[in-house]
Amino acid sequence: MKKIISRIGLLLTLLLMVVSLSACSSSASQKNVLKDDKQTKTITWGVKADTKLFGLMDVRDNQIKGFEIDLAKAMTKQILGKDGKARFIQVTSQTRMPLLRNGNIDAIMATMTITPERAKQVDFSRSYFDAGQAILVKNGSPIKNVKGLNHKGAIVLGVVGSNSVQNIKKFAPKAKVLQLSDYSQALTALKSGQGDALTTDNGILYGMSIENPGYSVVGGTFTNEPYGIAVDKGQGKMRDAMNHALTKVENSGQYNQLLYKWFHKVHGFDLKGAER
Amino acid sequence: MLTVLGAYSWINIRFLLEGAWVTILVSVCSIILSYIFGVILGIIRYVEIKYLSAIVGFVIDIIRNLPLILIIFFTYFGLPNIGFKPDPIWASVIAMAVFESAMVAEIVRAGIVSIPTGQMEGARSTGMSYWQALRYIILPQAIKNMIPAIVSQFISLVKDTSLATIIVLPDLMNHAQIIYGQNTNYTIPMFLALAVMYFIVCYSLSLLSQYLDHRLGTAKKSGEVEEVVQGAER
Amino acid sequence: MISIFQNYGGELLYGLGQTLLCSIIALVFALIIGSGFAILEVFPNKFLRIISRVYIEVFRNIPLLVITMFFYVVIPMYIVEISGFASGTVGLILYSSAFIAETVRSGIQSVDPGQMEGARANGLTFWQAMRYIVLPQAFRYVIPPLGNQFINLVKNSSVLAFVAGFDLMYQGNVIASDSLQSMSTYLCVGMLYLILTLPLSYYMRYLEKKLA
Repeated sequence: MKKIISRIGLLLTLLLMVVSLSACSSSASQKNVLKDDKQTKTITWGVKADTKLFGLMDVRDNQIKGFEIDLAKAMTKQILGKDGKARFIQVTSQTRMPLLRNGNIDAIMATMTITPERAKQVDFSRSYFDAGQAILVKNGSPIKNVKGLNHKGAIVLGVVGSNSVQNIKKFAPKAKVLQLSDYSQALTALKSGQGDALTTDNGILYGMSIENPGYSVVGGTFTNEPYGIAVDKGQGKMRDAMNHALTKVENSGQYNQLLYKWFHKVHGFDLKGAER
Repeated sequence: MLTVLGAYSWINIRFLLEGAWVTILVSVCSIILSYIFGVILGIIRYVEIKYLSAIVGFVIDIIRNLPLILIIFFTYFGLPNIGFKPDPIWASVIAMAVFESAMVAEIVRAGIVSIPTGQMEGARSTGMSYWQALRYIILPQAIKNMIPAIVSQFISLVKDTSLATIIVLPDLMNHAQIIYGQNTNYTIPMFLALAVMYFIVCYSLSLLSQYLDHRLGTAKKSGEVEEVVQGAER
Repeated sequence: MISIFQNYGGELLYGLGQTLLCSIIALVFALIIGSGFAILEVFPNKFLRIISRVYIEVFRNIPLLVITMFFYVVIPMYIVEISGFASGTVGLILYSSAFIAETVRSGIQSVDPGQMEGARANGLTFWQAMRYIVLPQAFRYVIPPLGNQFINLVKNSSVLAFVAGFDLMYQGNVIASDSLQSMSTYLCVGMLYLILTLPLSYYMRYLEKKLA
């Protein structure tokens, strides 16, 4: 028994050493993403695949489709020229930040709100879509707006790593927040009755309510959520290229076309107000 | 009834099969890798090479006692720190291979321990070197004894690939979740399909294990090995 | 590393508690159910043997995640409301009980059949012989493998993260996205898991050597 205890002691010391060593290793790779992408003619985007209207996996042909996908393709063409290719990697709110910082992806366009905390870790382009947080509930639910959730026993569903779970703690501090791994899991959980409401940005919620007529967005938006394209810290040139490409896509009218293509059928969405 | 038929439309079935293909691909790759590394590590652990065996033993103990999900995160988020950026498929293969190698190594060590020491002594007394005795006398018997335990471990591996949905591995589980995420009516049919597909793969592996057990006549001995193997799911 | 413990210590400890709670509940029930099916498997009645066999094979060959998601998603839709923690625990119980049944069965079968026959010849019923003669011997024999099943249970309880069960892994995910330091967070989580599993693992190895 003595031997075992001393061995455990030894192991824990060794473990601590390994841990402190790995914690010291730096992650920031100092290379020029824009230059590399221009050479390979490819930009690797981290996109959502579980979010209707923005980026959703189509089971018929195994392709991700949505507003963000189309916008990313258009911007890739602006940055790299006509033969530029956009590569898409599925991310969730949980995986997108580590993947960007590790360099698996060059940029994130995944319904990601520009916030001061995140801006410390990554560089954001200017906003390409202005969303606002809202709640989705079952039709006939007594909850009419976010205030209706601010009581003990109320359960709100959200997604790990999304900005909306932080916000809801401010607007409905008494509610319990359950964080699922992605939006399709969160929606399934709402339908299973695991929560009273699902909270995230209105654009995403509208997409859910189209597919599920039994559920609706109530109470309007209670925050402003400007979506930005994120690039790794230190990739200022990449960010400038993104801003420039976004301006061009907007000025050419392509932005409004894409907006119309994806949002004109959405009930309650202010298409005119979102045009650029 | 109609929703059930809709759930099993050709489009959905094909999407599920694409997922099943990824599950099988990841499983087969990691089974091969973990068998090779597991046997090597198991031998290193058994033969007591100074320092090396202790370090290997320590690393194996750590890996075996962590949840697989954590090891998946470490490979997917941690490997890029040392300059390798795996996609979800590679990250899953590496994570499974690391985790299962540790498991297999423990089985191999236990398998070698279960061979009576007289075998080694006998082989040495006929003039074989330690490594020759290990290679030609001990290992063949040991591996025969451990095959059922190793196959059980590989059944666990196939099931555990489902955990990699957390890093968006497009496997069977992930594809089923995408389908029922887009249409709630398909939830029960999808769970049925998941259960049936995983069951078919895993149960056939378990039948294979029973067949090998019977064929090699190791039923009793392998039982002894399994008792020594720590933590193996069987 | 240290800053994670400083800033999120409470959350991590809560997660550790939930993981431990879930594992212990699951162990107790899985032990009861598993032993039940193990006894059925050596029961003289063929029908009961088949039922037990089917139960064990089904839950051994379907991923834990599928079982857990089934309870989280499907059961509340049609039958009864069940929280993430509960559905994860129920999934763990069903999954682990199949493995424990196999372990206990091998323990029962390792007891000399003559013991059972002798006990029956002395006028004990099947259940009495099982309860007073066979099981006590079998359990002594299966304690190390059962300990290992418990270690597996602790590790497998990380599926609760998929159903918002507030366990250690779930807290780790939440903290990682909140602090934006995923590697450090997961290293902390790993250390906490090792604190639960590693000593137990060494103790079981010690027990095995002692009993062998």
